Amino acid sequence: MSALQPLVQEIPPEEAHYKVNDFSITVATVNGSGSQTSNLTILRAIFKMGVPVSGKNLFPSNIQGLPTWYTIRVNKDGFLARRDEHEIVVAMNPATFTQDLASVSPGGAFFYADDIRLPINRQDITAYPMPVKRLVRESGAPSNLRDYVANMVYVGVLVQMLGIDLDKIHQALTFHFKGKDKPIDLNYGVVQAAARWAAENLEKKDPFRVEPMNATQGLIMTDGNTAAALGAIYGGVHFASWYPITPATSLAEALMEYLPLLRKDPETGKNTYVVVQAEDELAAIGMAVGAGWAGLRAMTSTSGPGLSLMTEYAGMAYFAEVPVVIWDIQRVGPSTGLPTRTSQGDLIFTHFMGHGDTQKVILLPGSINECFEFGWRAFDIAERLQTPVFVLSDLDFGMNQWMGAPFVYPSEPMDRGKVLWEEDLERLGGEWKRYADVDGDGIPYRTIPGNRHPAAAYFTRGTGHNEAAQYSEDPQVLHDLMDRLKRKFETARKYVPAPVFDYQGGAEIGVISFGSTITAIEEARHQLAEAGLKTDFMRVRAIPFNHEVRKFIEQHKRCYVVEMNRDGQLQQLLTLETPDLATRLISIAHLDGLPLTARLVREAILAHEEGRND
Amino acid sequence: MTDQTLSSSPRLQVNLVGLSKADYRGLPSTLCQGCGHNSIASQIIAACYELDIVPEDVVKFSGIGCSSKSLNYFLNRSFGFNGLHGRMPSLATGALFGDHTLKGIGVSGDGDTASIGIGQFKHAVRRNMRLVYIVENNGVYGLTKGQFSATAEQGLTLKSQGTNPYMPVDIAWEALVGHATFVARSFAGDPKQVKELIKAALSHNGVAVLDIISPCVTFNNQDTAMHSYAWGKDHEVALHELSYVPPAEEIMVEYGEGEETNITLHDGSVVKLRKLERDYNPTDRAEAMRVLEEANRCQCLITGLIYIDTDQPSMVDIYNLPDTPLNRLPERRIRPARETLKKVNALMF
Repeated sequence: MSALQPLVQEIPPEEAHYKVNDFSITVATVNGSGSQTSNLTILRAIFKMGVPVSGKNLFPSNIQGLPTWYTIRVNKDGFLARRDEHEIVVAMNPATFTQDLASVSPGGAFFYADDIRLPINRQDITAYPMPVKRLVRESGAPSNLRDYVANMVYVGVLVQMLGIDLDKIHQALTFHFKGKDKPIDLNYGVVQAAARWAAENLEKKDPFRVEPMNATQGLIMTDGNTAAALGAIYGGVHFASWYPITPATSLAEALMEYLPLLRKDPETGKNTYVVVQAEDELAAIGMAVGAGWAGLRAMTSTSGPGLSLMTEYAGMAYFAEVPVVIWDIQRVGPSTGLPTRTSQGDLIFTHFMGHGDTQKVILLPGSINECFEFGWRAFDIAERLQTPVFVLSDLDFGMNQWMGAPFVYPSEPMDRGKVLWEEDLERLGGEWKRYADVDGDGIPYRTIPGNRHPAAAYFTRGTGHNEAAQYSEDPQVLHDLMDRLKRKFETARKYVPAPVFDYQGGAEIGVISFGSTITAIEEARHQLAEAGLKTDFMRVRAIPFNHEVRKFIEQHKRCYVVEMNRDGQLQQLLTLETPDLATRLISIAHLDGLPLTARLVREAILAHEEGRND
Repeated sequence: MTDQTLSSSPRLQVNLVGLSKADYRGLPSTLCQGCGHNSIASQIIAACYELDIVPEDVVKFSGIGCSSKSLNYFLNRSFGFNGLHGRMPSLATGALFGDHTLKGIGVSGDGDTASIGIGQFKHAVRRNMRLVYIVENNGVYGLTKGQFSATAEQGLTLKSQGTNPYMPVDIAWEALVGHATFVARSFAGDPKQVKELIKAALSHNGVAVLDIISPCVTFNNQDTAMHSYAWGKDHEVALHELSYVPPAEEIMVEYGEGEETNITLHDGSVVKLRKLERDYNPTDRAEAMRVLEEANRCQCLITGLIYIDTDQPSMVDIYNLPDTPLNRLPERRIRPARETLKKVNALMF
């Protein structure tokens, strides 16, 4: 498309020229101004119209006053990754007005608050002023709420200009304000007034429209942190300790929101859970390890900086063989990094975290549904393996809204692992050893404090120990212990989620990824296929890798490993796993804090394919 | 071992739960001979034996250091977790939610509590977790061979370390300021008092901080050092003569009016405080602070029950948990029923 295209204004607004259900909206506001409510309202209304949609909040690490953007992608084909193009831009923030104006795609539409008096110097877009201040004044909103409802003006204008269903806006507001009439009425009133004003005063000159579809019926919409918390609740979480950190905070907060609804003991009406806000991440994981040791389904949730602090207890839990679940909602590192931007940079650190030889089990959810599923499954795996299990989500999953299938009830009964209670010890005549590999799978049996059998107790330590859990400096004992832990990690391969595959048939090249990059990759693969380049796809869902991972690499001449970090961490781990196949693994690693786009993936693969000289 | 003892000693003494003192023992100590920590371990054994506590009802925790090793030397039949340096409080906090009927004993040291672990110490105190928190306080790092700890007095001179230029951390004071509901100080050279305080602490519904001066015979036992046996013996000022009376046991000796204070604990047991030189009311926080400040000024080792508040809920009480321990709840009581998920999905917009 040429930037010098004739003025869009001249195109007659006929059906044939409409661009229906395929565009991106970016809203530029000041953070802390309540714009999140407005943006979610638009997102949810479009979702309720049956149109596939995603929303991503590109926000600053700040409470109030800094620029923030929200991007909504509407796509009838269900491609919902972030795009670089913004066909529709809403400018509410004078500070970024010029930049926002420049960001509108040629032929796009620009809605702006008319009190921002800056020049509009583009002829290739349609610009619509919005009398935000006047409409808010006329709304009768009390002065302390005016700033908040001001953002409802652009909702109303977009409703009118894009054809968003007002009823669905009302539904979205009702959901957001949990049915409370007063805020619903106030906000809805502003939306209506703004829509009316737009109908009377703006002439539609851009081609973008939302039209009802049937593509989201029966689906749910939520964020990955809520999904993770709900999954944990259905996994029987007893104990969660946490320390506030972006972007993991909302996971613990979702636990606190839903536990009281779902986890009253059916027999006594009392709570079957404990949530503790710890004094720091050292204590958060310390409590969770204590609870896991004492037979509770225990978890903590954090992000990179917190994970660094958790390293010492994670190492101990590995060595002393204590089940515990640690959610890491990844953000940009190293160090404090970008607290409000997304990344997949903790994979290698997590896998090896702790001094000495350690190997950590990691689950890698790739949808909100997998956040839910791994929410419960992580406890089964941790208790089965008696080891810390990490679940690596990221900010994009954790804090953004995603559509998905309804959550599915756990498909299997709980696996509480190899636990000996009083009657088991009775049967064994009290003969047992905490760290003996009875079954040859590297997983020993454990007892749990509160077991009153006189032979139940043992002494847990982070020091070297023999099978009876006694301190030992015997070389053979240490050697055997480390060997068994390695054996246990081999056993883990069969308990962790297998990769998922998508074959296009006859493809020579493979694409490998994990986590939230899935949407960009799906779209990129579609585009590549249309351009004649077939790809097969493997999404890794856990470390350790199972045997299918190797098979996939063997099947393909070249495998592009796509991830959001600088160093190609998954590619490095795959290289360690399959050194003989290492030259087949090509890293497409990209880190800029934003979710990947299909274009980035597509172009990187094409560039490599074209540059090959074999 | 127990069997042998039984056969060789038909008149073996047992307590009300049918256990002999040997059932409360730990492994032989590997600490230095004469270490105050060994004496404290003995008093833990004696207290539990005399209170007829079944060892399986106790769970032990420690951090890192000589003090933390001493967990091995008592209550072999209790679960124990020797955790990380300075991180015993968080470990105990989580673990004690597993089965709230268990009694928790945490053993820490002055390095473990007053340096690396002071954060977790203060927070465990403020949460009032049901935990007997014993600090075996000797002013030095023993396992790493004699460095100053944060409780070492200013001016203390140690052979390989020179003179300590810094002011000390006062653990009892920190506990008190941090809203501990039970604060005591004692001296390993006064085993009777240590034992009675441990008994009282085991009956307290909340955190019970016992700051016990426990001399390090290897690195810090010069007569002039404030954590030595000699100094303690010369400078100990007991606030009262303290004895613990279990629930439902008749109080035999009665003293005159004003001579004694009785404090009833959560489980109905009573701590009897017999007046010595002075009147002291351990339920008065301001008075407790004043006494500690006075001890600082007059350079004496104030011992006894410094402060107690029996009215505060413990951390466990706050969570409204079922009587069945959480770690015994079957799947149907911790996994929401299938039909609830439909409602949850409906909540996801």
